[in-house]
Amino acid sequence: MSRLLVSPSPHIHAKESTASLMRDVVIALIPAVLVSVVFYGWKELLVLAVSVLSCLVLEYVITRYMMKKENNTLCDFSAAVTGILLALNLPYTTPWWVVFIGAAVAIGVGKMTFGGLGQNVFNPALVGRVFLLVSYPTYMTHWEAPQSLFGVDAVSGPTPLGIIKEGLLQGNTVPQLMADNGLNYGQMLFASVGGSAGEISAIALLIGFVYLLVKKVIRPHITLSIWATVAVVSLIFWLCAPDRFTDPLFNLLTGGMILGSCFMATDYVTSPMSVKGGIIFGIGIGFITMMIRYFGSYPEGMSFAILIMNATVPLLNMWFHQKKYGRA
Amino acid sequence: MTRTFSMGGVHPSDSKISRGCAIEVLPTPPTVYIQLSQHIGAPAKPLVAVGDSVKVGQPIAEPGGFVSAYIHSSVSGKVKSIAPRKDLAGNNQMCIEITVEGDEWMEGIDTSDTLITDIIDDNKAILDKIRLGGVVGLGGATFPTHVKLSPPPGKKCEMLIINGCECEPYLTSDFRTLLEKGEQVVVGTAIIKQVLGVDKATIGIEDNKPEAIAHINEVLASLRKVSPKFEGIEVMSLMKKYPEGGEKQLIDAVMGRQVASGGLPIDVGAVVQNVATALAVYDAVQKNKPIIDNSVTVTGECFPRQANLLVRVGTPLSYIVDYLGGMPADAAKVISGGPMMGRAIANMDAATLKGTSALLFLTEKQTRREPEGPCIRCGKCAQACPMGLEPFLLNRLARAGKVEELEDNAVQDCIECGCCLYSCPAHIPLLDIIRPAKGQVIGLIRARKAAQAAK
Amino acid sequence: MTTTIIWTIAIIAILGLVLAVILYLVAEKFKVEEDPRIDEVEKVMPGANCGGCGFAGCRAFADAAVKAPNLDNNYCPVGGNEVMKKVAAILGYTVQEKAPQVAVVRCNGTCENRPKVNDYDGFSSCKVKAALYAGDTGCAYGCLGCGDCVAACQFGALSMDPVTGLPVVDQEKCTACGACTKACPKGIIELRAKGPRGMRMYVSCVNKDKGPAAKKACAAACIGCGICQKTCTHDAITVENNVAYIDYSKCKLCRECEAMCPTGAIHGVNFPKPLDKDAVKARIQERNRKAKEAAAAAAAAAKEAPAPAPVATQNKEEKA
Repeated sequence: MSRLLVSPSPHIHAKESTASLMRDVVIALIPAVLVSVVFYGWKELLVLAVSVLSCLVLEYVITRYMMKKENNTLCDFSAAVTGILLALNLPYTTPWWVVFIGAAVAIGVGKMTFGGLGQNVFNPALVGRVFLLVSYPTYMTHWEAPQSLFGVDAVSGPTPLGIIKEGLLQGNTVPQLMADNGLNYGQMLFASVGGSAGEISAIALLIGFVYLLVKKVIRPHITLSIWATVAVVSLIFWLCAPDRFTDPLFNLLTGGMILGSCFMATDYVTSPMSVKGGIIFGIGIGFITMMIRYFGSYPEGMSFAILIMNATVPLLNMWFHQKKYGRA
Repeated sequence: MTRTFSMGGVHPSDSKISRGCAIEVLPTPPTVYIQLSQHIGAPAKPLVAVGDSVKVGQPIAEPGGFVSAYIHSSVSGKVKSIAPRKDLAGNNQMCIEITVEGDEWMEGIDTSDTLITDIIDDNKAILDKIRLGGVVGLGGATFPTHVKLSPPPGKKCEMLIINGCECEPYLTSDFRTLLEKGEQVVVGTAIIKQVLGVDKATIGIEDNKPEAIAHINEVLASLRKVSPKFEGIEVMSLMKKYPEGGEKQLIDAVMGRQVASGGLPIDVGAVVQNVATALAVYDAVQKNKPIIDNSVTVTGECFPRQANLLVRVGTPLSYIVDYLGGMPADAAKVISGGPMMGRAIANMDAATLKGTSALLFLTEKQTRREPEGPCIRCGKCAQACPMGLEPFLLNRLARAGKVEELEDNAVQDCIECGCCLYSCPAHIPLLDIIRPAKGQVIGLIRARKAAQAAK
Repeated sequence: MTTTIIWTIAIIAILGLVLAVILYLVAEKFKVEEDPRIDEVEKVMPGANCGGCGFAGCRAFADAAVKAPNLDNNYCPVGGNEVMKKVAAILGYTVQEKAPQVAVVRCNGTCENRPKVNDYDGFSSCKVKAALYAGDTGCAYGCLGCGDCVAACQFGALSMDPVTGLPVVDQEKCTACGACTKACPKGIIELRAKGPRGMRMYVSCVNKDKGPAAKKACAAACIGCGICQKTCTHDAITVENNVAYIDYSKCKLCRECEAMCPTGAIHGVNFPKPLDKDAVKARIQERNRKAKEAAAAAAAAAKEAPAPAPVATQNKEEKA
């Protein structure tokens, strides 16, 4: 008989591991990835491949040779998740080297400068995306009619949010713009609205979100509080001036709202631990997003909103704790 | 929706593979080693000397303090030595070694199977019998029962809760006891209820044991016809969730009340006793039989023969294993108790104690710890903590040695259930690190209280 | 254009001035009056903030030293006599010089001497391991090998030897702050006098088990046989709870105990020459023989003329 093992209790462990949780996130993103590839064709596939591969390679190189860590976090899928999310945030026309720069900023600056997995304050994919947005605005707001992989007939141009923003600046009203550009909610929900890969199909993203909820990978409170805030804020403005402001449903279904609220804001590392903190975090994101959409110079504010609220997470974690047993 | 405790908890696989095995009596081993410290509190003082002949049930050690208990010989034979011996953790403990000769019982012990339902009215006499019977809480803490049943003056008990949850995976000894000795458990419950002077008693059983719930309900129905003393005893079906059997969690689940931090169950009007303790109380009061044996589940997927055994206190663990077919080749860890809170055994020559509830064999694959990864701040530990603590935070504070902040974040409330470590996807040894920090903070609080009392 | 620049500069300058005045006033208001000698003492301290003196850090020590009536209870083990002389000079006190000390690991339970009997699989910390059980070897007293002492040492003086699995003290770097002695849950590390030219003797075992049990667990264990105690001519060795202890203030470094120890539990370090066991043993035998003869002679003399036996002989017999 070999020597007995001795350890403190407990002696068994749940099946979940960091890798399995991250793998579930990857699985949850598959519908959105499929839809984007079907709509945008091989160019989107290229963006995805470059993004994921560069994230993985950079993660490995930095942890192995710069941080000199023995335990590599490569096999835990966290870099892959960052890669996919970054790709879904980029237009399919983005050149490969821009994608690579985005990945380098995401992993190198967004994640590793803070100490790697678990230490980063900001969502790495969003750091990469926002860096590209301010550094290469031409590539990041360039929308081209898609060359579909399977010949799906998709009419696409600038994003709905972009259309509205531009139109409003030129003195048009919202209902007029909606009608002129043939924007309708069914289209937004299912697919074929112009925008970055992750923006085109709300339903594909929601399927993934439900998968994560069912697998208990994430809890819904952050997402729901973002949606509720966006709905309330836009409802108030829309009721006051329907010509000037877009309605709640429009705001919930367009832009990076679904991708951001379901996958980016719920990122473990950069969201608050407690439910109370999470709800405030969500309210902040929803509010800032709507302020940028209505009054900012950018048509979309989800990325900025999440990054801004990411910065408040340490504070929220300090202020809000869950209720303890037998204590007031 | 069945009732359960209000926060945290985990759902490990049930794995009660020995639930179908009836309790069988393990033959008496050739030698027993009875440890003098097998309860919380002061070790007992030996009453016998080397060379003395003892009978089954003869007291061989008396309480060494107020919180302490009698210890009885579990066999008849000769005291061979009173010397330190390594316990299951490898630490030296004083043990009385008795060489078995025959099986002669003390006079006055009723060894028949007849159920005695008449309960004497003299509570003082009952408490005395419990004390002399060496009864201790068999749910894990082994706190002397007579002390627990004498609540401090001014505190009123409103409900007796009998813990039949057995929420730990694998364990089935309480379940088998409920099925096979349900009557005795109920009579024991009625005795404790009478001593405490409460009207209500609840036997809490998790809903993964429907047979036990049905059986106890039947027993209650028939016993209520016998005597009014069995009125007010109810069975409550509770949702299966670990750690339901934790004292504080059980009170929360059954009564919807929470014991304040640092408080005792009696502060919210509750006294909790385990099923096995109720049976021991029955034996001590109705049969004059002290604790000389207890049922032990021997189980594990890799173990060839599952069993629930009635084992004499002080039986060497290796004797039990050999009786059931020897150590399986792929067993990597042997645990005394359940997989969540049990203690890993370092020394198979150690002997059983009153509180030994199980011997669990796990393979390397089942139990080997994974390497620790970085915290991804998923908060699963905080969601799992049944005390509402934040293990990720306590872990960080403990590693940094921030004692004051640990106290502010209630590390002293930790019940060491293991839910945090169980659920951590990064395999961070949270409880390993929190446990000593908790000890340190509790020590600090005690020292502060003592300093205040001195003033 | 020019006016803008001038205005900008002017506003910033005024702002700076106003804020400077406010800062000065606030600093004045909240100024804490402190004995200036605290700063002076702190300056001569090593600045390691190790806590070896029993205070939270060098500043806390300086504060306590200034407030105390003398330096009897305040001693910086890291700075040693030199620093304490400086402190004493600042404060006008006298300092009680102490012999320099060094941390000594009193366990020789190497992987070879002390085979493992189980495998530890929990968090690698001696504190956690000690709270759980006796350890992964048969010895419940010895080194647990998780390196809590190494982690506690701020001076990099401790390291784990991968071959023996035991901590090794770098006596050049060790400042005798005592952090390791507090970190070790088994209490095997002791601060002992460094000794002349670093030469010192110690019992490298703290196993309190009876001889056979100790020996079974570890080949290098002290079995409490008491031979060293009988051998020692300086009353430096005591055997209590089956384990010998050398009082370093009495030890004369004769190395006789080391030569006589049957398990090699007694270690002598930094001696210029390796120990010639046979020579020392022969010397001891010779001395014992002479003592016996002297005792016999004394006994014979006592028979002839009843007189009190020599004191030294009497002591020897009592010990035996």
